[in-house]
Amino acid sequence: MHNFMESIAIPTAALVFSLLIFSGFVAFSGNNVLEVLAAIYQGAFGSWFSWQNTLVRAAPLMLTALCTALPARSGLIIIGGEGAMVVGGLCATLTGISLNGLPPFFVISSMACSGVLSGGAWIAAVGALKHYRNVNETISSLLLNYIAIAILNFLILGLLRDPATLNKPSSFPIGDANMLGTIGTTSIHAGLIFGLVVCGLLWFVIRRTTFGFSIDMIGGNIRAAQISGLAVGKLIIITCFLGGAAAGLAGMIEIAAVHGRANTSLNAGYGYAGILVAFIARYNPLAIIPVAILLGGIRASSGLLQRSFDLPDATTLVLQGIIFIVILASGAVYGRLNWFKPKGDSP
Amino acid sequence: MSHTTNKGKINPGRRRLLKGLSALGAAGLMNGFGPAPLWAAAKVKMGFIYVGPRDDYGYNQAHFEGKSAVATLDWVKAVDEENVPETIEVIKTMESMINLDGAQVIFPTSFGYFDPHILKTAPKYPKVMFLHCGGLWDEKKHPKNVGSYFGYIDEPVYLSGVVAGHMSKTGKLGYIAAIPIPQVLRNINSFTLGARSVNPKITTNVVFTGGWANPVKEAEAANSMADQGIDVLTCHVDSPKVVVQTAEKRGIYCCGYHTDQSVLAPKGFLTGAEWNWSKVYIDYAQMIKTGKPIPNLVRGGLKEGIVKSSPYGMTVTAKAKENADAVRKKFMDGSMIVYQGPMKDNTGKMAIPAGTRYSQTDIWLESMNWLVEGVIGTTKS
Repeated sequence: MHNFMESIAIPTAALVFSLLIFSGFVAFSGNNVLEVLAAIYQGAFGSWFSWQNTLVRAAPLMLTALCTALPARSGLIIIGGEGAMVVGGLCATLTGISLNGLPPFFVISSMACSGVLSGGAWIAAVGALKHYRNVNETISSLLLNYIAIAILNFLILGLLRDPATLNKPSSFPIGDANMLGTIGTTSIHAGLIFGLVVCGLLWFVIRRTTFGFSIDMIGGNIRAAQISGLAVGKLIIITCFLGGAAAGLAGMIEIAAVHGRANTSLNAGYGYAGILVAFIARYNPLAIIPVAILLGGIRASSGLLQRSFDLPDATTLVLQGIIFIVILASGAVYGRLNWFKPKGDSP
Repeated sequence: MSHTTNKGKINPGRRRLLKGLSALGAAGLMNGFGPAPLWAAAKVKMGFIYVGPRDDYGYNQAHFEGKSAVATLDWVKAVDEENVPETIEVIKTMESMINLDGAQVIFPTSFGYFDPHILKTAPKYPKVMFLHCGGLWDEKKHPKNVGSYFGYIDEPVYLSGVVAGHMSKTGKLGYIAAIPIPQVLRNINSFTLGARSVNPKITTNVVFTGGWANPVKEAEAANSMADQGIDVLTCHVDSPKVVVQTAEKRGIYCCGYHTDQSVLAPKGFLTGAEWNWSKVYIDYAQMIKTGKPIPNLVRGGLKEGIVKSSPYGMTVTAKAKENADAVRKKFMDGSMIVYQGPMKDNTGKMAIPAGTRYSQTDIWLESMNWLVEGVIGTTKS
C-alpha cells in the first residue's frame, strides 16, 4: 500500500512541479499563466469533445509505448516502435489487399494477426541480435526504423502503388468493408479498446505470471537469472516479440481505422512518442494508460493554444519535455521519503 | 489578451473540472459539441492547417503568409495550427476549428489531408466549406462542400529556368527534388525547358531525396552538385532553406521555391517561384462576405495571380531580366505554351509528337511521368 501511495504521489508532485516550471516559460512569453493553463485543460479534458480528441491521440501511444516498456523490464532499451509500427501496418495492408472480398471479420482478424506477427518478428530480431551477437539493442532498433521506412517508401512507390494516387503515392486500398469502425456514437475508433485491453493483459502477464516474474528477474540481475536456470535468451526474445507485436498492432489499427491504405502517413512519429510514454510510466503497462492519456491531452491542447493565444506548436513540446525530465529526475526520490515507509521500518 | 471559446471566457475552476469529468459519463448521450456558436459580430471565420512549421521558409510559410494577409482584414477572424500530421489528428483539428472557433471555411493545406481525412469529415459538416490545396476535387466523386485550389507554379519555375540559363557559366544546373511525382517532374521539366530556351546545351542534374523534409540529404546533394561544377541550384522540397543556404555558402547561384528566400542568400539568389496565397485567401474571404457561391475548383497561374516570381537578385544581368520579363508577358496574355511537340524525353523517346500542344490547363500534363531531354536523372527514385 505504501508502495502504491508512493508511486502515485511522486509522479503527481513531479507533474505539479513541471507545470510550475512551464508557467515560468509562459509568463516569460508575456501570456497570462492561468489562462494558458486553463486552455490546456480545456483543450485536453474540458469537454466531451476534448476528451474524444485526447483519447484518439492516446490510443496509438498506448500500444507503441509497450514496445519500449516490455523489453525494458528485461533490461533492454529498445526504441524501434516506429519501425515495428510501420512494418505491422505495411503487412496488415498487404494482407487486407490480398484478402479483400472475403468476409470482413475474417479479413480484419487476418490483418490484425499479420500486424502482430510482423511487428513482433521485427523487434524479436533486435532481441536475437542482442542475445546471440551482442549487438547493442538501442542502436539496432533505431536503425531498423529507417529500414522499415525505406521498405515502406519502396513498396508504395513501386509494387503496391495504386496508379490513381498521383501526387501522394499510396498502396491500393484495403476496401471500406474491412475498416474498423468507431466506438458507439463517438468519433473514437476501436483502436482505443485494443490499447486498453492489451495494456491490461500485459500488465497481468508481467505482474501475475511466472513468465512476467522471470522477465523482471532478468532485468534486475541477468547473472542471477542465468544461475537460477532461466532460459534468458528465449525469454528476452519473447519479450521483444510481445513489445513489437503491440507496436505492429498499432500500425494495423492506423491502417484499418484511419487511412485505409498504406502511405507515408503511417510514419507519423507515434513510435517515438511511445518511448516517452514508456519512460514516464516507468515501464508499467497499466501506468501507460494514464500517461498516454496525459500526453494525448497535451497534444490535443496544442491546437487551442495556437488558435487562441497565437503560441507556437513548440509550446506543448516544451511542456512535454519539462514533464519528461522532471519525472525521470523524480525517479531518484523513490524509497527515500519517510512518509511512504511502513511505520517501525526505519532505515 | 482576449480569449473566447463558444462557452465564453475561460474560467479555471473546480466547476469546469467537474464538468469535464462528468462529460466522460455523458459519453453516450451527446455527440460532438452541439450547434456552432453565435458570434456577436458577423466576422468571416477561417481556419488554416499546416503540416509543418509556420516559419519553414517554404511550403508552410507560404500558406502562413497568406493567412497573415487575410487576417489583417478587420472583418476576418483567421486561426491556424502548425505541425498537424496527416493522421486522425487533422480530423480533430478541423473539428475543433469548426466546433470551438466556429470556422465557416477550413483550409487544410497539405496534400495528404485530402483522402481520407477531408473526405471523411466534410459530410458531417455540410455547412462548412473545406478547401484543399492541391487540385484533387472531382465533381463526380466528392462532396459538394469540398473544393480545391492550386496554382500552375511551373510557370514561374520556367521563368527561373530562363534566368538560370542566362546566369550559368558552366551550363550545368542542379535540381534537388523530394519524390518523382507528376507535380515535381513538371517543375523539373519546366525549369530545364526555360533554361534551354536560352542555351540548348544546358543540362539539369536531378537528385531525389525520397522525402519532403530531408535536410541532411538535401545538403549532401547540394554540396555534391557544387563539387560537380553545377553553378545554379534549385529545389522542390518543403523547405528550400538548406539548399539555398548551401548554394550561398559554396558561392554558386540559386533559385528559390514556395516563398521568397532572398534573405538567405543575398549574393547568389537569382529569383524564385512563389505562391501568392494572400490573393487567393482574400478572394475567398470576400466571396464568403458577399455571399457569393464558392467555386469548387480554383486554379490559375501568373495571369490569375495565384503564383508569382520572387524579385530578381542583385547579380541578375539586364539581359536575363529582359528575356524573363518578355516570357512573363507571354504567360500573362496566355500566348505562352510550354509543352508542345516535338519534344523528346531524356531517354530519347518522343514524349510529345510534333504538332501537339498542351496548354497549361490540359489534364494530360497532370499525370506527367517523364523527364525532358536535357535532364540528367531518372523518374525512378
